[in-house]
Amino acid sequence: METEGSLAFWMYRLDSWAWLLFETANMAALATLMGAGAALLLAFPAARNLGAGRVVNPAVRRLLEAMRTVPEIVFALIFVWAFGVGPLAGVLAIALHTAGACGKLFAESIENTGLGAWAGVRSAGGSWMQACRFAILPQVAPSLLSYALLRFEINLRSASVIGFVGAGGIGEELYKVISFNYYEEISAILLLIILAVCAIDLLSERLRHRVIGAMQ
Amino acid sequence: MGQIAGLRPVAALDQDAGTSMGARGMLELRGLTRRFGATVAVDHVDLAVPPGQMVGIIGRSGAGKSTLLRMINRLQEPSDGRILSGGRDVTALQGRALRGWRRDCAMVFQQFNLVQRLDVLTNVLIGRIAWQRGWRAAMVLVGARFTAEERAMALAALDRFGLADTALQRAETLSGGQQQRVALCRALLQEPRLVLADEPIASLDPRNAQLVMDALRDVNRKDGLTVLVNLHHLDTAREYCDRIVAMQAGKIVFDGTSAALTPERVRAVYGISEQEFAAEAEARLRAAEPAPAPLAVA
Ligand SMILES: Nc1ncnc2c1ncn2[C@@H]1O[C@H](COP(=O)(O)OP(=O)(O)O)[C@@H](O)[C@H]1O
Ligand SMILES: [Mg+2]
Repeated sequence: METEGSLAFWMYRLDSWAWLLFETANMAALATLMGAGAALLLAFPAARNLGAGRVVNPAVRRLLEAMRTVPEIVFALIFVWAFGVGPLAGVLAIALHTAGACGKLFAESIENTGLGAWAGVRSAGGSWMQACRFAILPQVAPSLLSYALLRFEINLRSASVIGFVGAGGIGEELYKVISFNYYEEISAILLLIILAVCAIDLLSERLRHRVIGAMQ
Repeated sequence: MGQIAGLRPVAALDQDAGTSMGARGMLELRGLTRRFGATVAVDHVDLAVPPGQMVGIIGRSGAGKSTLLRMINRLQEPSDGRILSGGRDVTALQGRALRGWRRDCAMVFQQFNLVQRLDVLTNVLIGRIAWQRGWRAAMVLVGARFTAEERAMALAALDRFGLADTALQRAETLSGGQQQRVALCRALLQEPRLVLADEPIASLDPRNAQLVMDALRDVNRKDGLTVLVNLHHLDTAREYCDRIVAMQAGKIVFDGTSAALTPERVRAVYGISEQEFAAEAEARLRAAEPAPAPLAVA
């Protein structure tokens, strides 16, 4: 077999770690999708300029605040307790936090949009929802997409550590080797995480610039 | 483009709305008022507009012309008074009935108010959204999936004003004159009874202004739609409108045929000559327009 100190020895469990990394990336992607989707729905009533009502508007704003103020790890602890150990808890926790964080950014984006088209759609008999869909969404879509991709990069980092509380992904393995003081494994996993995060950051950044470029 | 001799034949005037209104109905404003804090933008306006008329509303800056049109569409809520149409109290409408009314009285804005990043065809199809119900409305809301008939309708409208070639371009790539005609196409797809145009040519060069005014007249004559248009050029108002309503400080100070609005009459009403009137309007339009107020949920 391999000798101690060789690269192959250091990375002897590369196959299972690679799988865990893949699971982590998937968790981040799914959580971003769910969180950004919820944020998209909540951002319209949360925006101050669309007249969402004196009850709904502040209520949604407070909800978004609560979702982004509570740290992901706290949500994760609650969900692990509720749904058991596994990636589901992690995904839900990150998604909730993402909804709060993206919801605020999305709402700000909407607030910076001119209301000319809005008046046009409303004056034609469009409902509030139709006006959101046709007058606002097309104008803010590029910036919303860009925010969501940026959030995906952030969520990848969150997904890597959320396993510490048993919420799935590579973090669980990392927590295990740390608690057993397996120094080689700790360094190997950290290196893998750094490589994966860098790779996805680069890819996502390119994608973001391409999305913005294509949509302008 | 000759001068219009006088008022075109219209349905019998009946001050008591609700008793003898035909299917198309007359638009009637009774004591319509709008206050913004201490300012009275529109002050107890009484006006009856029979179907098929083309009415020009003129007035100096801040006379309340925009507020008047926006109230008729209910983009702005009246503080007092009533709007009646075909015996219906428009001021009392809520929810779906209100959206139905807005569909019936299409608005055209000075700044066109198109969705800049959407293509021209979709912008025109927005005129259809108040017609859809249930499943069809959901399909349109989620995927902007309009029917083949609706798309054909939109293309026909664009073709009518020489814009069929631009159907798949983004609205923002069009000139102001083209955008305003797209906005008029959107208005037509609402199949309205009334077109409310708020300074539709104020942002356009003279040639495009004429194209848009011709289009409005065409809509009035061929489609038989009632047109209320805010204008700042008295000459344009005289040339195109059957009837001219002049406003000053929220009140109607003149209401009659274009022939009756002589230069002497203008001086009597506004205290300034026609030239001064035009110059003042020109200067104001170059200054920024006030931002539209947020709208309540309907
Ligand atoms: N949203 C608003 N808030 C406060 N004041 C307004 C608002 N809209 C119009 N006004 C005021 O009402 C008056 C009439 O305005 P407007 O209807 O725009 O006149 P016009 O279109 O004839 O220039 C003006 O004094 C204007 O300042
Ligand atoms: Mg105005």
